[in-house]
Order: sequence, then structure tokens, then C-alpha cells
Amino acid sequence: MSTAPLRLITPEDHSVVIQTSSQVPRIESETQLRSILATLSGVDSVGAEARVAKLATRSIKKSTKIAALDLAISMVDLTTLEGADTPGKVTSLCTKAMRPNPMDLSVPSVAAVCVYPDLVAHARSVLKGSPVAVAAVATSFPSGRASLNVKLMDVREAVANGADEIDMVIDRGAFLSGRIGQVYEEIVAVKQVCGNAHLKVILETGELVTYDNVRKASWIAMLAGADFIKTSTGKVPVAATPPVALVMLEAVRDFAETTGQIIGVKVAGGIRTAKDAIRYLVIVNETVGSTWMTPDLFRFGASSLLNDLLMQRLKQQRGTYIRPDEFSGD
Amino acid sequence: MNSVGTDMTENNLPKSKLGSLQYDPAPESAAIAKLKSSYGLFINGKFTDPSKHEQFETINPATEKRLATISQGSTSDVDKAVKAARKAYDNVWSKTTGAERAKYLYRIARIIQERSRELAVVETLDNGKPIRESRDVDIPLAAAHYFYYAGWADKLEHAGFGNAPKPIGVAGQIIPWNFPLMMAAWKLAPALAAGNTCVLKPAETTPLSALLLGEILQQAGLPDGVVNIVTGDGATGSALVDHPGVDKIAFTGSTGVGRLIQQRVATSHKRLTLELGGKGANIVYEDAPIDEMIEGIIDGIFFNQGHVCCAGSRLLVQESIADDVLRRLVRRVEQLRVGDPMDKNTDIGAINSAEQLKRIKELVSYGEQEGATRYTSSCELPKKGFWFAPTVFADVSQSHRIAREEIFGPVLSVLTFRTPEEAITKANNTNYGLACGVWSEKGSRTLWTAERLRAGVVWANTYNKFDPTSPFGGTRESGFGREGGKHGLEAYLNV
Repeated sequence: MSTAPLRLITPEDHSVVIQTSSQVPRIESETQLRSILATLSGVDSVGAEARVAKLATRSIKKSTKIAALDLAISMVDLTTLEGADTPGKVTSLCTKAMRPNPMDLSVPSVAAVCVYPDLVAHARSVLKGSPVAVAAVATSFPSGRASLNVKLMDVREAVANGADEIDMVIDRGAFLSGRIGQVYEEIVAVKQVCGNAHLKVILETGELVTYDNVRKASWIAMLAGADFIKTSTGKVPVAATPPVALVMLEAVRDFAETTGQIIGVKVAGGIRTAKDAIRYLVIVNETVGSTWMTPDLFRFGASSLLNDLLMQRLKQQRGTYIRPDEFSGD
Repeated sequence: MNSVGTDMTENNLPKSKLGSLQYDPAPESAAIAKLKSSYGLFINGKFTDPSKHEQFETINPATEKRLATISQGSTSDVDKAVKAARKAYDNVWSKTTGAERAKYLYRIARIIQERSRELAVVETLDNGKPIRESRDVDIPLAAAHYFYYAGWADKLEHAGFGNAPKPIGVAGQIIPWNFPLMMAAWKLAPALAAGNTCVLKPAETTPLSALLLGEILQQAGLPDGVVNIVTGDGATGSALVDHPGVDKIAFTGSTGVGRLIQQRVATSHKRLTLELGGKGANIVYEDAPIDEMIEGIIDGIFFNQGHVCCAGSRLLVQESIADDVLRRLVRRVEQLRVGDPMDKNTDIGAINSAEQLKRIKELVSYGEQEGATRYTSSCELPKKGFWFAPTVFADVSQSHRIAREEIFGPVLSVLTFRTPEEAITKANNTNYGLACGVWSEKGSRTLWTAERLRAGVVWANTYNKFDPTSPFGGTRESGFGREGGKHGLEAYLNV
């Protein structure tokens, strides 16, 4: 009898291979969109939650921890989205974004500052010349309950004021009542007025409730031209969760493998500790891999997270715990 | 979009490397085990020297280094243990109320929880399984079994076995090396709850956690002789099976040994339950939730290095999705972290013994000779110790040896089917009947499949999930009798 060759698994076998020859299908009708979504596999919620629970037991130590903390800092969208925001507050936020720890310039700057559209121009002027981008939440954030014209106006203004990135919300009401064509068209329209600004599409997964919905909404957003898909506004009780992040990362992986388009993921809301951030990075690392381990393709939308990352970073250097007052409270 | 960090392959396709963030070693401390240099036999509540002063060594399969010297229980040691158990049964345990027995079981459960870190370390050192599994699965499940059966101890008349079910007497219990402490719990907890006394014979290669359990029983104040632990090899087990003072034998292990035991017990008054081998089929329909299913296949075969009697060692995948499933599966296999079992990030640890490694290699060589396509992880294996890289065989057919024989290692055989009927035929075409898995988003098809499978356990959209409330056991060459749940009491009651 002949012996079959032993085939060691090669790096190609265990990578996410992005098919550059393929294309994103052009959507002509809601029926066509529906038929594409029908090909997606369901998500077993028990299994998805078990998977992230297992990944949460990864023990990140020493040099891996230091690398992960710096990477996480560079992925932060430092955010302030309050009715009480003032130009003064945005100024201090931007200062912190550029030099998170003024005592240690080896700390990388964060990825972006995220504000409401009316504060974009101010943020732009403070951040002038720095690599930190200005992101604006638009499209009647956070509810999205306005006409398309109003939403587009919101986006145009933010872009005109100098926003590099637009964080839009999808119409969850339309999605939940089955009008997915409308959801798709709104994203396409917003993308058009974004111009060169990157578009992050907020799914508000806390309102979509099921993982199946998260997977479908992710695909609608990616097919419509999103550069990023984002979990949450941070304005509803349930924000980013690890299983939701897992499902969205699986969606961008499968999308890249079938269409060649590499889409980013942003988790936002409720991520306050370095430990949480590292857990998300582990999920990224083991679900989509190296290509996504960059601020260009993975972000944390957060405000208080940054100080904990800085504290843990200094703890790694000094070997002792750090007082919170060591860092500015901005 | 940009492609920072993207490598380009030869044919210009970008690829994203999984696991590019390397994890620094995160070893658990072996010192937590606080092992003694040598251990005696636990008879009548005390650690005693073996009568013949014969000893053997137990080693760490990941390093081949000696862990401790263990006593070889002789026929006369087994006799002492059985007599101690008989005396404890007649004078103490059979007169102890259910509520009182429960008190001891609750104590044992709590002490196991209190000493869980130490027990997990000992289990991993002695067995070779990853610390993550002993910490998150073995030890918590062992404690859960004592908690669960503690609840039954004073409610036996409500268990459905008559209004005053009686214990059997002295139970001889022989357990395997794959889940040492957990298997001890599966046997001891229901036996003690039902009012029996026990002589436990741990596996030769993994006696340490059972000996620690002896200390825990002392700590719990369990009356002397209610549980006796006699370490040793097959000869010790054989002496226990043949002892006329034993009323019941419970065995978990290989089908070959199980068959021998059944022959030996056949002419005696002894009752018998056997939990033997398996060749579990994991059936994947085309509408399965794909990402969770891939994880389930991985858990099904690579959990505990595949040293699991109910492992999903045959993957039956619907032909329409076979290529996609194999591609994703192979990618996931390469991602598994093989190495130091004491590292908290290790997914696959060491094979338990040189003997088992030899058996795995032999069966894998048949797979190659018979023409199946072998995919093996390119992971680097440690120089010392017993290791086998996770392996998947594709293009396997029913008549291949790797589709018929239990490998009991990290080796998966992939077969395909076209219709549900074909899946059932193939799944049932085995001498075993322990466990199967069904993956589908369609409930009616899952139920249709489950009721046609000849197996003691059928998991739906999951695999290798255990719970003390759920009965576990096999049919045909996988044995008979149930452990766990209310059904598990029946094996230890005179019904």
C-alpha cells in the first residue's frame, strides 16, 4: 500500500487570506440584499459566548502586556459626547490625545478624538499638525431619528469643518421592522457625502439584541461601503460586549475572504479597564489576526479607558501600582 | 483601505496571520502542589505502607521527571481495604442517616473548592493536561458532583427506586487516567450518597490527585474505612475485581479490560457497571452555525489531548460544505497552542504515557498507509516528554482503521455524507455507542437525528459538555450503567 504524504499545515492554511481578485457585489434591490444575507450562517449564542469566555482566560504577561498596552493606547478614540461639552473641554481632550502622558513621550498618541459635529472645527484647530484624527458622530446621533436630508446635512457640516472620520448610526427601527433596503441606502448616501472622510457605521448592537442581527447588520454596512463597523453609541444600556465583537470580527474576516475588502471594527461603550481592552485584543488576535492589529483597523471608543491603560503601562515599568492622580483627569 | 501589517503571499494575496501577538510564558507554579516524596495506601482512614513494600514511580509526562513514589497495592492490601470497607459499612455507614452522609459530601465538595488550585496543579503535573482544563473543568466538575449527590443523600426514597431503597454494600471502583479526580468523584459521590462504602483503585499513571483526595477525606472527618484508596497497576485492579467481599464493581476504562472484568464477575454475586471506549460521531449539517461548530469540533476531539472516551473522533460533514469546513478546521488546528501544560495559555498538553503515545502513532500510521490525507499542525514539540501534534485526517472512509478504532489521542477522522439517512447509517456503523454530536440550526432535524443515533449521549450544537445532573454512559461496546443525575444512583442502590 502506498503511503499518503504527510502534509504539515502551512502559514497559508492558517491565515485569513484576502481575495484581492474578488469584488463587493453591487446591490440592485432589497431582494438581492436579502438573498445575500440568507447565505450567512446563524450564530449559536451559547457557543459564541463560550468562545469569548475561553479567550478571556488567556494570561497576558511581561513583554506581551507592554506591547498590548501600547497598541491599545494607539487604538483609542478619545471620546466626549455630552450635552455639556465646551470648547475648553475639547481642548484639554485634544491635548491629552496628542500626548497621553506628558511626563513620558514614548507613550503613543491615541488614534482620534471623537466629538459632536459642532465641536469639530475647534478640535481640528487644536490638533493641527498632529497625527490624531478628528472623528465626528453625525446622522442625528445617537438615535438616528431624523429624515435622511437632516442626517446628510449633519454629515456634510462635520466634513466641511474638518472631520477625518464620520461615526454614523444605522436606522435600527428600519432594520428591526425588516426594511433593510432603507438601512443600506442610507449608509450608501452617507458614504457619498463623506468624501475622503472614513465612515464608521454604528450598529447599536444593544438594540439589535440577537447575534444573528449583529451579523446581518454588519454585512449590510460592509456591502454599503462602511470603512469600519462599530458596536455602539454608548448611549443605550447595553454597549460593546466580547461576543458581539467576536461576531463582528468574524463578519469582517469572512467579508475580506470573499470580497477582498478589509473593513475595520470599533468597539465602543463600557470599556473602562486595560484588562477589558487586552481581552478584546486577544479576540482580534485569534479571530482575524495581524492585519487588524493596527489602529487603522481596530479602535476602542472610550474616555476613562486611557487613564487605566497609562496606569497599567507605568505599573509594568515601575513594578508598583500607580496613584490615579498621576495622570490628568481629562 | 490601507493594509498596514499585511504580508503579501507569493501570488500577491494579502494574508492576515492569526496569533501574531505572541504570548509570553505564563506558567502556573509547580510548587503549589506540595508533593511528598512517597505515598502509602489510604486504608481505614490512614496512609499505610504496602504489605510487600513494592513501589513504583509516577512521572510528569511533559518532562518525564519523577514526581513521587507510589505504593503498589498487593492482593493482601486489597483484602485489608475491602475488610476495612466492610467493617465501616456494617458498623458505621449503613447506620448513618442520609442527612448525615450529605454533611460529609458537602464538606468534601467545599474542601475540593478550597484546595482547587493545588489540585489543579497536581492533576496537570501527573496527567499532562493543560492547567486551563484542570483548573476550569476537572476540579470544578469534581466538586460539583459531590455537591449534587450530597443533595440526594437524604432524598433517596424520592428518586423513583421504591420507598426505601437500600445500598448495595462495598463497591470496588476502578478509574482511568484521563480525568483522575473527576472520575473518582463520579464514582465516589453517588456511592457514598446511596450509603455504600468504597475501595477506589486509581490509574497507575495518575494516582496523585486520588491520594490528595485521601487527605481531603481525612480533613472532612469521613469515618475510617468508608473510602479506601489502593494504588497500583492492573494486578491491583484484578485483585479488587476478584475479591469475594466486594458487592459491586464500577469500571471506567478500555473496552478490552471491561470485557475481561465482565467475564470474571459473571459467576459471582457482584453487580457491574462499565463505562468503556467510544468512537463518537460529530454530525455537521450544512445549516450548522459555522463558527461555533468549528469550535465544537475542536473541543470535541482536542479537549484533553483527545484522551476522552466520548471524544468526537469521527467528523461526519455534509458534502456541500465539506471543503469550507475542512479549510476552517485546518486553520483552527494550526492555531492551537501545544506545549507546557503548566502554561495558562496552553491548549494542548502532553500525551499521558509513552505507551499511549505508541498506540496513537501506530494508528496514525495505518491512516497514512490506507491513503487518508493527513494534516498535522506544524507546531514545535518539546524534546522531552510524550507529545503528539494535533492531526486531522481528511478523505477517510468507513473501512479505514482510523474510522473504526478508538485512537484516544488528538487525531480526527473526517468523513462526508450527502443525506441525513447516510449520516445516521455511518454514525451507527460502529461497535461503540457512547456519544454523538449534531450540528444544525433546524430543531426538527436535530431531534430526528438524535432519536436515531445509537449512543448514550447526544449533544446538540455543542460537544463534551458535562454536568452532574445529567446521566452519562454508553450502549453496546461502550458499556452499560449511568453515572450522573438521578440515574447515577441506580448503580449503587439495591433495586
